[in-house]
Amino acid sequence: MPEKFADFPATALAWRKTNGGIAIPVPEMDEGIAAAMVCHPSKAKDMKPIALPTERVPQWQARAVEKLRELLTKYRGLSVYLDICAQCGACSDKCQFYLGTGDPNNMPVARANLLRKVYRYYFKRAERFLGGDAEPFNEQVLKEWYTYFYQCSECRRCSVFCPYGIDTAEITMAAREIMAAIGVATKYVTEVVAKVYERGNNLGIPAPAWIDNCQFLEEELKTETGKDIRMPVDEVGADVLLVMPSADNFANTDTMMAYGKLFYALGMSWTTSTYCNEGGNFGLFLNYQNMKKVNKRILDAARDLKVKRVIWGECGHAWRAAIYTNTLNGPMDFLDPPHPVHICQFTADLIKRGAFKIDKSANDDLLITYHDPCNAARAGSLLEEPRAMIRATCNKFVEMPRNTIREKTFCCGAGGGLLTDEIMPIRMAGGKPRAEACRSTGANYLAVPCAICKAQLPELMKHWKVDVKVGGVHDLLSRAMIL
Amino acid sequence: MTDAAMIWNLLAALIIGLGYLAAFVFVGGLLLRIALYIKTPVPLKIVQTPGPKSAPGVLARIAGDVLIFPNLFQADKLLWLGAWIFHACLFLILVRHTRYFLYPVPELVIDWQTISVYAGFFFPIPALYLFWRRLASSRVLYISGLPDYITLILLTAIASTGMLVHYFARVYLVDVKAFTLGLVTFAPVPPPQHPIFIAHFLLVCALLIWFPFSKLMHAGGIFFSPTRNQIDNVLYPRYVNKWNEEVRVD
Ligand code: SF4
Ligand code: SF4
Ligand code: SF4
Repeated sequence: MPEKFADFPATALAWRKTNGGIAIPVPEMDEGIAAAMVCHPSKAKDMKPIALPTERVPQWQARAVEKLRELLTKYRGLSVYLDICAQCGACSDKCQFYLGTGDPNNMPVARANLLRKVYRYYFKRAERFLGGDAEPFNEQVLKEWYTYFYQCSECRRCSVFCPYGIDTAEITMAAREIMAAIGVATKYVTEVVAKVYERGNNLGIPAPAWIDNCQFLEEELKTETGKDIRMPVDEVGADVLLVMPSADNFANTDTMMAYGKLFYALGMSWTTSTYCNEGGNFGLFLNYQNMKKVNKRILDAARDLKVKRVIWGECGHAWRAAIYTNTLNGPMDFLDPPHPVHICQFTADLIKRGAFKIDKSANDDLLITYHDPCNAARAGSLLEEPRAMIRATCNKFVEMPRNTIREKTFCCGAGGGLLTDEIMPIRMAGGKPRAEACRSTGANYLAVPCAICKAQLPELMKHWKVDVKVGGVHDLLSRAMIL
Repeated sequence: MTDAAMIWNLLAALIIGLGYLAAFVFVGGLLLRIALYIKTPVPLKIVQTPGPKSAPGVLARIAGDVLIFPNLFQADKLLWLGAWIFHACLFLILVRHTRYFLYPVPELVIDWQTISVYAGFFFPIPALYLFWRRLASSRVLYISGLPDYITLILLTAIASTGMLVHYFARVYLVDVKAFTLGLVTFAPVPPPQHPIFIAHFLLVCALLIWFPFSKLMHAGGIFFSPTRNQIDNVLYPRYVNKWNEEVRVD
């Protein structure tokens, strides 16, 4: 891992606890310090299957402006937000990527201004005339866009502090969609989407390996519990299709086994699908078309397998995309309502109704704290259910400082398509606030219902030397459940 | 007619013309902009969660945003205070000014007269604070552009000339009312021959013309922010995107 991020100022600042919150130190501005942190560009072999130009299109400037014009007529949010920002700066110290790097282009308003100045140049001549910052879309601007719109995890934290609710994530999404249209995207995001079309999941796990892993987990469960707990694959007619992040299949296996135990305890039939063994949706980080197409696979799988419900597994951005399902590819009325359903909602509800025998003391070796995945909290209204689950399964639960949780949660630093190694310094710097908030609790278990967080947080905590184990929320239930 | 009188008549006609132009640009521009916002679809449910679960809840959220700036309060207490006082003063000043355009003058406006005048006096203080802040904070300085300064200067200049004509270089009120009522009844008469009053009037015209093209549109746009004006009901009923069908995925 490169040690470069010692350059970023967050390392030097002091973090203090204050009454119920934590004092979040704001670094001095350091122009351009993060400018070299760019994602690898996409490869033609990935762009092709996801219907994007394999190289920069001819007349890309004009094409980009045309795309911006199109998006302005399609997204009210974009149109309003580009107009009304008062440049008040209230959001300027709210983004974890500014807090971590001190690069002014990581202030939400400045990030948005990168698009706003192009908007002004072509569509707002009056402001341009009065000396507002305006620039034609050119190579330099494109470079800034590519750098800083891929240093935004689309986490929406800024919107919570903006007097008009201006969501810089919407602006980032628009900029990425424009770039995609002219053939500019990152290797990581496009690769993931291409893998979904080829193999059914973000990680590119082939069907035989998926089945293999499931059988392996069944054996594990047999050793652990002595019971025949199934990890069904492609079972037509099951009650539930579970679409979890594919990483649960071989990285976060405790979470995956917890799902198995859960359905076993309920006596409910469920299945995963090798056509669509992914709840996540990287189309969300790229463009509307791919988001819709990735999302459609879930409903197609549900139809093919003739299930009654689809449940989304522990994942933040998957849930943000899931709540669009009915809009993108609905109506979902061939399924039992309510839909869509997140596994935490499903489980929390059942716990409340006393569906499980739980021995909380099984988790007494843990002091648990909870990380709100930004997408779950600020875009998916999923705040109470995971907490209810933790309270029902553990005796020792401690919240992180109040200005770092719930709708004010800090992103783990790797959402929005940033979970890629070449920008590790950005990930570590951006995750610093989360790491410090976690440290301040003294917890030894960090519960989080999100696969990207589960990949990022262990590295993050190791980097900032916070001694905590990262795991799922269902893992806790699994430990406490008496079968 | 003497030369001076001729020039004055010409000037008066110009001022009146400019007044109408400003009003036209302001109303037309504002309506066009808002029509554009209304016409532009909101494809997805991007409500900022946790949010209101019902329509009255949404109304309360928007009312809160307009009246007390809760997000700003969370973000920066001093800025919140400065911005809130700034807007409260503006509001009181606006209310007071309706007396020049309405006949008879509404009761409320008369009741609020004293405090509104104080608001006018006080206004430069929060305005100066906001201006100072733009220069003093390196982050805000970085994002501030010429239009941001111009807007603040313009508003302060309007308030100051207003206070001058109200207190120090008094303009004859009957003349002012004759002029403003003349404008709104489309039977214009020349403005009072008072340079500061005329400056005040012209600056207001400039502000009105500037309004629809600038960030001042936040006054209208705040009602159309999808993160704040949607209901937090992600599950039901189905939310429809008008242009979803056009996006082919097969
Ligand atoms: S959406 Fe998140 S990452 Fe992006 S600018 Fe806002 S706070 Fe920063
Ligand atoms: S808080 Fe909102 S209005 Fe203020 S600068 Fe940020 S985006 Fe613009
Ligand atoms: S990985 Fe987790 S915290 Fe980070 S963007 Fe996703 S949901 Fe947010």
